[in-house]
This record gives sequence, structure tokens and C-alpha cells, in this order.
Amino acid sequence: MLYQIIHRTTYEYSVDVPVSHHVARLSPRKLPFQDCLEHRIDFEPHAAITTHHDDYFGNRTTFFSVTRPHKTLTVTARSKVRINRPGSGEAESIPWELVKSGFVSEDKVPLPVEVSEFAFSSRFVACHNELADYARPSFTEGRPILEAALDFTRRIFTDFKFDPKATTVATPLEQVMKNRRGVCQDFAHVQIGCLRSLGIPARYVSGYLETVPPPGKAKLVGSDASHAWVQVFIPPIGWMDFDPTNNVIPGERHITVAWGRDFDDVSPIRGVIVGGGKHQLSVAVDVTPLDENKISG
Amino acid sequence: MTMADTEHTTTSLLGSYRPSGDVYDEMMADGQPRPHWRKLIQSYDQLGPQDRINRRDTAARILRENGVTYNVYGDTQGLGRPWALDLIPLVIPPDEWREIEAGLIQRSHLLNSILADIYGPQTLVQGGALPPALLYANPAFLRPCHGIVPPRNIFLFLHAVDLARSPDGQWWVLSDRTQAPSGAGYALENRIVLSRVSPDEFRECKVERLASFFQVMRDTLRSFSKRANQSNVVLLTPGPYNETYFEHVYLARYLGFPLVEGADLTVRDRRVFLKTLEGLQPVDVILRRADDTFCDPLELRADSILGIAGLTEAVRAGNVAVANALGSGAVETPALAAFLPGLCRRLLGEELKLPSVATWWCGQDKEREYVREHLSELVVKRAFGGNGEPLFGAMLSAKERERLFRAMEAAPHDFLAQEQVALSTAPVLERGRMEPRPMVLRAYVCATPDGFVVMPGGLARFSTAPERLVVSMQSGGGSKDTWVISDGPVSQLTLLLPNTHIVRLERSATELPSRVADNLFWLGRYAERLEDTVRILRCLLVRLSGESGVEETPEVAALVQLMVDLDLFPARFRERYTLAAVEREACALIYQTQRLGALREVIGRLNNIAFALRDRFSADTWRILNKLQVDARPRPGRLPISETLALLNTLVVDLAAFSGMEMENMTRGHGWRFLEIGRRVERAANITTLVQGGLAVEARGLHPLETILEIADSSMTYRRHYFSQPQWAPAMDLLLANSSNPRSLAFQLNALADHSAHLPRETNSGRGLESRNIDAVRGLLEDADWPKLAEDQLAGHNDDVTVLLSRMAAELRGLSDAISQQYFTHATTQVS
Repeated sequence: MLYQIIHRTTYEYSVDVPVSHHVARLSPRKLPFQDCLEHRIDFEPHAAITTHHDDYFGNRTTFFSVTRPHKTLTVTARSKVRINRPGSGEAESIPWELVKSGFVSEDKVPLPVEVSEFAFSSRFVACHNELADYARPSFTEGRPILEAALDFTRRIFTDFKFDPKATTVATPLEQVMKNRRGVCQDFAHVQIGCLRSLGIPARYVSGYLETVPPPGKAKLVGSDASHAWVQVFIPPIGWMDFDPTNNVIPGERHITVAWGRDFDDVSPIRGVIVGGGKHQLSVAVDVTPLDENKISG
Repeated sequence: MTMADTEHTTTSLLGSYRPSGDVYDEMMADGQPRPHWRKLIQSYDQLGPQDRINRRDTAARILRENGVTYNVYGDTQGLGRPWALDLIPLVIPPDEWREIEAGLIQRSHLLNSILADIYGPQTLVQGGALPPALLYANPAFLRPCHGIVPPRNIFLFLHAVDLARSPDGQWWVLSDRTQAPSGAGYALENRIVLSRVSPDEFRECKVERLASFFQVMRDTLRSFSKRANQSNVVLLTPGPYNETYFEHVYLARYLGFPLVEGADLTVRDRRVFLKTLEGLQPVDVILRRADDTFCDPLELRADSILGIAGLTEAVRAGNVAVANALGSGAVETPALAAFLPGLCRRLLGEELKLPSVATWWCGQDKEREYVREHLSELVVKRAFGGNGEPLFGAMLSAKERERLFRAMEAAPHDFLAQEQVALSTAPVLERGRMEPRPMVLRAYVCATPDGFVVMPGGLARFSTAPERLVVSMQSGGGSKDTWVISDGPVSQLTLLLPNTHIVRLERSATELPSRVADNLFWLGRYAERLEDTVRILRCLLVRLSGESGVEETPEVAALVQLMVDLDLFPARFRERYTLAAVEREACALIYQTQRLGALREVIGRLNNIAFALRDRFSADTWRILNKLQVDARPRPGRLPISETLALLNTLVVDLAAFSGMEMENMTRGHGWRFLEIGRRVERAANITTLVQGGLAVEARGLHPLETILEIADSSMTYRRHYFSQPQWAPAMDLLLANSSNPRSLAFQLNALADHSAHLPRETNSGRGLESRNIDAVRGLLEDADWPKLAEDQLAGHNDDVTVLLSRMAAELRGLSDAISQQYFTHATTQVS
């Protein structure tokens, strides 16, 4: 599939902001199944300085500053991404207890260090016995980890209600667990927290999902959103994606931008402003499938 | 000192010193002083008890006058508990010190190498020398700092190590401080004070000097600058509420670097700048006393607004150096101690010279099992700084043990246990005799381009109670100087000039951060407000204490009304009052700390601001401010009026001394101008309301003029000019329009106009906003015929004077706002 993605973030401030500094992670990753053909980020007003580096997790990170007074700031990321992701099909995996004990195989080859990094608490996801207890029914004795992870993904999808009004970016995990409501970020944090509390490495993926309009209706501009899902380490396959919000294994409609331990590592834009009074943030995302033939022709 | 102690008159210091035989005593062995202590103890012994008390009191006085304080969180004494220094130093012989020194240098080198690895290739974790959890579960490992290489690969610029000595005489490392270690400044201050009160002993004992250590610190910091021949170094403090703020001020001065807070710095174009009144000055090197996560709200801690947004990016770009390097807190975890011997062999190819106290990290199954079985002999700590004090296994109830084990099972890597070291004791002078007290020594290591250097000395701390298990300044306790004895000639190089002679080395006159200008402005206002309030109260109390006791006089009646008009007394005094009530109310205005406008409340504000400005004052000025606080301290019981009057007189003199320092000893830079502007604005406002109030009282048939002239310190001037009983018409001229009277409104306005003309402006923008207000008040003042207007109003023809005075008061408020708006706006930072 070939997609054009436009991700527009607009800040509106109640009074002039003289200086603002931001860090953005808006550039789709290059992956074996994902190619980023075009990518640019535009700023309005013009950013005095923009620099890029790859962060600790290999995500393309853009630092930018606006150093003249502004009341609105618009950041527009435009990307053209091709995804060719073969279906995973049936796959063999090892019992989950081996992974928990730090092994990738029955003959006890240890997990790579860079994988075990994702087995510990992080800022938004603190491990807890209660989280492990919630996950345990899916992780029965000797169950292959892929089977268990799929079952667990389904359970989160069933037990939790998608409700954009229930949470904010700052809602703690315990509250999400208690109310069983939230958005994709919360679903992902729940799944990661439960897996890590069992000792299984899991990471947070930020990206986009192409939404399909109801039959017969035209797709609304800006109706797509940033999306988040989870990767679990499944030996011998490796990192595998799971989307607990939709109960699917991400395929060609999921576009991967960045990954990290939790939202804190990969938030699409974070800024610090001087002054500015109150501010309002709005985000619009459009994921448009392009006709391959037209493009190449 | 308040210690009215019962001094023992034992002639021999040693005679009554009885250290426990179970622990190592620093001074005594087998009933005899160790050789390296003999000179000192003999000398102190010969002094006799009274001389020792005198020296102790002198030391306490110097510390108090120098304002050496330590902020204790949750302390009812508020900011600044006096620093406690014992007269007896810890003495360490040269051969023993050489071993400690070699061990410390090796340890700094080792920790620096570990930092270089974890913020670089991470071969230690890959190769299994360091368990992944110690790095990846450690919140002090800051991933945004990965890949940043500091100048000369120095992550650990300053490293502090807490040492303790076990009963067999072996030194052990208790803990490391690797982010922003505190205490080196206190060690220096201890040295300065002790070498002043015991100069002969200091010389006789051939003590190693500390000066070169600080010189090395300064030179190394400068060498971190990327710009050739240019190095603007600043010392970043979290601010006056930090526990060791005194030390930040002290070190900044001593090293000659400006002291700044996060809000004073800004990042532009991936460079760090100091915001000054005259624009942005580049900063090359930041010596930080703020913890890692409080340094950059953008990348290091999203929920904090402290620090400098964009700092990490500026460091990444190589445009500024931060010491210690951001992220260096990652090796502070006490769990690391369990792995240091192996890491030392691997990284340095050497055995670890200075052992850490035995440590079991619960992230390993065998070790965790050991901790469970031997809990009663161990101290349990969190590996990753979680909340809570160390737990002493022996003191836990069965229930607490269970809770601990459950928490340990849930996150084993976050726990470790350490052996409990039976601390050595050192003699502490208490009530004239020596008592053995448990102690620890904090040693300091500084990186230089040529390797690590150890401070020959350190900060020894002891616990005040013999049985305390933890020694910490936070929980009370005292400190000692540490004398490392030299076996060669002592270097005479000294930066250790007395405090009064410290010269600021690098600060240019233009480097006035706007936050400092703001504080100076308010310092001026509060100092003047305080003086005004003192004068009014003195005026009242003098009249209340007549020859025949408390008397009602027409003057008192007028003053009471005036107090109501000035909002100092509640309105109920308008109608009726008793003299006893007046006296009570006046005392409340002096002694209540919470009442707005009360004397001690204003002093409190004055002190808080002065505290934040410490690095701007000379030692003498600071002494005056300290005296002011001491003079106004609360006293028990009810004081007779005569005592209270004496207090007010003392305060007037203290304030005069302060304004004298301001006029005679402050450089005429922008800082001085803002202090002056604050004072002039306040005085102008006060004289305006005073005259306004006086006229209102007069209109009610009372005669307050005499007292008004007294409050305005203009009685003498009036008599010299007019040789008559005070009358309103000439008094109006004297108080408002006469520009030769330093208390008049006209005088304040002339001074303000002059200051305004000298304030820095953005290029060519002409006169400042405040000049409009000054012109407006001046216009009103000069156009009016004050004597005539006053007579007209008092005759009941109109109330023009009151209207004019109100308009001027409004303009003066506008003036204050205009100054704030132009120079002090520190818009707050927020995360979005």
C-alpha cells in the first residue's frame, strides 16, 4: 500500500509567546516492510532553527525553536509511505515462561540485552502485581507466547471501552485499569504494563492507522488520528505488533512512526513555551491511500 | 550562642574522654592519643576551659556573621539554620591519606569510565559485567543524553565520596555523589573559620591547604569552553529554598562565577545565554547544583518547569558544557557497589583500592535470598532512589518485614542491602569536654585535564547523639574541618583570603540578571517600608510612655487617627479606644509575623529577598542585614514599652547602617540603581500618603503635624527653616516641593528621574515607560501652590489637595508597574 499522510498540529495561545522550543517525532521509520519515500515538516511561523538526530531508540527526532512572538504555531508533517507487510499466518512460538526468565529458546539462549531493556518500569508504565494478575488468565502454564499474547490482546479489546472522554495524556495507569476506559494510548499502556509485570518485554509504538469510512459515505478530512499500539517480543519471530484497541495484528493499514518504552519516549510533539497564558492544541491527521499506478505512471 | 552551659572545670581534656572499645576512635588508641593528634590536643589542653569556650563562641560568631546556613526542609526556623562547626578537626596522618587519595582517584576514574560506557557503546551491559536492570530500570539513566560526549570525556567533574571507618581501622565507601555534590564549600568555610580561631595549631600541625583544589576546579571549568580565550562560566542553583543555597552563593563568589537560576538562562539557536538587563550574554560552561532531571523541562522531565528548556540540545550541539555531565546521576545507585570490584578489573585492569561497604543487590536470586536470611544484620535501601529512608533490618516488626519482602518480590532490582558499619568516633567538644561521636567523612575529587585531584581535607560530619545510626546534616548534627597532615613543606599558595577580601573575578558590570534587578528593587522598597513603619511606631510609643506612665494626650489622639488612615490600625479605633488597646495594637504591629505590614512581617520579606541576593552583598552589608534579623527576633513574654522603644531605636540605626552601605559601598551599577529606585518609589509613596492622612486627621480637629514632621524625619529641618511651631502651609512646601529636603517628594522624583535616564534601554528606544509617570507626578507637584492649597482645604473651601495627592499616588503605582513591566517580566515557562 502507498499512503500520503498529513499530520497537522496547531497550538493556539491566549497571548503572544516570545520563544518556544519543541521536540517532534513525526518522521515514519524505515523498516523492512515500510519505506518512507517523501517526508517534510513545515512550520508556521517559520522556525528559527531546526535540527534532526536519531534518538536513543532510533526514532528520527526534530528539535525546533520559534524565536519571534507568535500566537499560533502550526506544524505540518507530510509523508509518503509504502507498506508491504506479508501476513504473519500461523507461527510457532516458545512457552511464555522462557521469555519471562530471559531466554529466547528452549536451550536457554539469553534474550538480547536491547530487548530486556523493555522489561522494566518506565515513566508512564509502572510494573505492579495487580497488572500481572489481570494478565495471568491468558498466560497459562506452558502456553506459547504468541497464542497467549493474542488472547490477551483480545481480552483488553473486550474488557476496555474506547472512550475519548475518559482520559487525558496524563491519566495514570491505575485509573485506566479501574475505569476500564480510554483511548489507544491507554490500551497500549495497559497491555505493556501487564506484560512487563509478568516479566515479558513490551514496547510502545506510535504511528497512524488508515480509517475506512462507513459504506457509501465519503471520508472526512482530518478524521484519522495518531494511533498507538504495542510490540511484544515473541521468540523465535522477534518483535511482533499487536493492536489492543482494534484487536488486530497490525498489517498494511498501520504506519509506524516511532517506538519507545511508553508514550513519554515518543510523544509526537512536546514543547516548552515562555509565557503564553493558556493554550489550546488541535491535531488533524489524514491518511490517504494513493493509487500506485498513477504515481509511478 | 545561647548555650548557657554548665562548663566542667576538668583541667585535662583527655582525662574525661572515654571512647567505646567496640569501635575505632579517631584520636585514641589504647588510652593514648595517636601520634598525629598529639600536637593539637596538647595545645587545646593548655588553653583551659574558658579559652576553649571563647574560641568556640568566636567560631560561632564568625559563622553567624558570614551567614553560613543550611536549610533544613520542614524546619520551623525557616530559611537558614546556622551551620554547626566543632572546634576539634578530624586529623589524618599523611601516609593514611595517601592511601585514601589513591583509592578515591581510582574510584572517580572508574565511575567516569562506567558513565562513558553506558552513555556510549554499553559494552558493560552487553558483556554481562553490569546487569541490564541496573542500567535500564534506573530512572537516573537519561536516554536523551546517550551519545553526548562531554569535553575531554569528563562526565564526573566533581565527585563526592562518603567514607566511614570500621572497628579494624579500614576506610569504607558508604556512598557516592555524582550529579551535583554538595559540601565542598562548607568544607572551605569550616577551614577558613577554624584556621582563624586556632591559627597557631593550624600552623604547628602543618595542615595541607585547600586553596589549590579550588583553583584546579576553576581552571578545569574554564577549560571546558569551546571558544578560544573566552569562558563564561556560571553556577546554576535551584534557588534560595535549596538546602545548600549558602554554599552555592559562597562557591560562586569564591570561584568568581555569576550565580544564576534556571530562569536567568535561555536557549537561542542551540546556545545558552544569560538574560541580563542589557541583553543576552553567551554562556560557555554551567557548573550545576541542580539535579539532572531539573535541568531541562523539554527533554529531561516533562512535568517540571524548572531548568532551561533546550539545554540538552545545546549540550548535544557542543555549544555549552555542563558539569557534572547531564545524566551522571546514573552511577549514584548504591546497588552499583556490588559490581565495582569486577568492573574495576575489567575497565582499569586493577583491584579496587578503596572497598565499598558490603552490598547485596536483590536483582540476583542468591543475593536476595541472603538478604532475606540475614535481614537483622543489614540496612535495606532502594536502588533507584525511591522514597523513604534506609530500613534497619533489626528494627523491623514482623509485619514490616513481610511488607518489605512482598515489595522486594515485585521489583527485586529496586532493592539492595548493605552491611551496617559500626562508625568510628571522633572527639567533639561539648560543654567544655570531649565526647566521642560517630562520624563520616565526605571527600571530594575534581577532574582536571591531567587526571583526578583529591581535596586534601573534606567535610567531616558527626551525629549529635552517640547512638544515631545515620549521620546527616538534614537530621541535625555537626561538622568538622578535616586536617590532613603534611610530611613535606606546606604549599603557601592560598586563595583563602578572608571573606571580606574576595574579589569577584569575572563578573562584568553589565551582567545583571533581570531576576536580580527585580529582587534589588523590592529590597529597596521593603527596607524603606520597614523604616517608615518603625518611625511611625516609635513616634506613637514615645508619646504613650509619658513621665507618669501611659497618658492620653492630643498628640496620641491625632496619631491613633493617623494610624487608621494609614491602614495600620483597624477602623474600630476611629470611634473609641482605650490606651491599653492602643498599646496592644502597637505591639501587635511590631511582633506579629503574619500580620500584613507588621514590622516582623516586613522584616521577613526583606530577609527572604536579601537571602536570594546574597551573592550581591559584601560581607559587611550581610552582617548588617543579619544584625537586623537578630535584633528583631521574637522575645518571650511581654516587654515594657521602654524595651520596645529601645528595639525600635536599634532598628532605625540598623536601617541607617544598611542605607549607608548602599550609598557608600555599592558600585554605581544597574544593581545599585534598582535598589535606589525601589527605595525612592517607596519613600515617595509613603510621604504622599502620610501628608494625605495628616490632612484628613487635621480636618477632624486634631493636630498631627508635629508627629508627621517627626515621622518624615524633617522636624529639625522645619525648625531651622521656620523657627516656629509647625504650620501646614510651610510644612507642605518642606515635605512635598522642597527639593533640598532628602525626605521630600520632590527630592525622590529628582532622584528617580536621574536613575531613569541611566537605565539600559533596548537600542535607541529613547526614554523608558517609567519616565512618563515621573513627568506626570513632577508636573502635578510643580504646578500646584501647595501652601495655599493646604490653607484653602483646611479652611473647608475645597478638597483639591486630597485629589491631587491621590492622583500622584496613582502615578507612583504606575511608575512601579512600568519598571516591573520593562525590566522584570519573567514570563513563566510551561510545558505544552
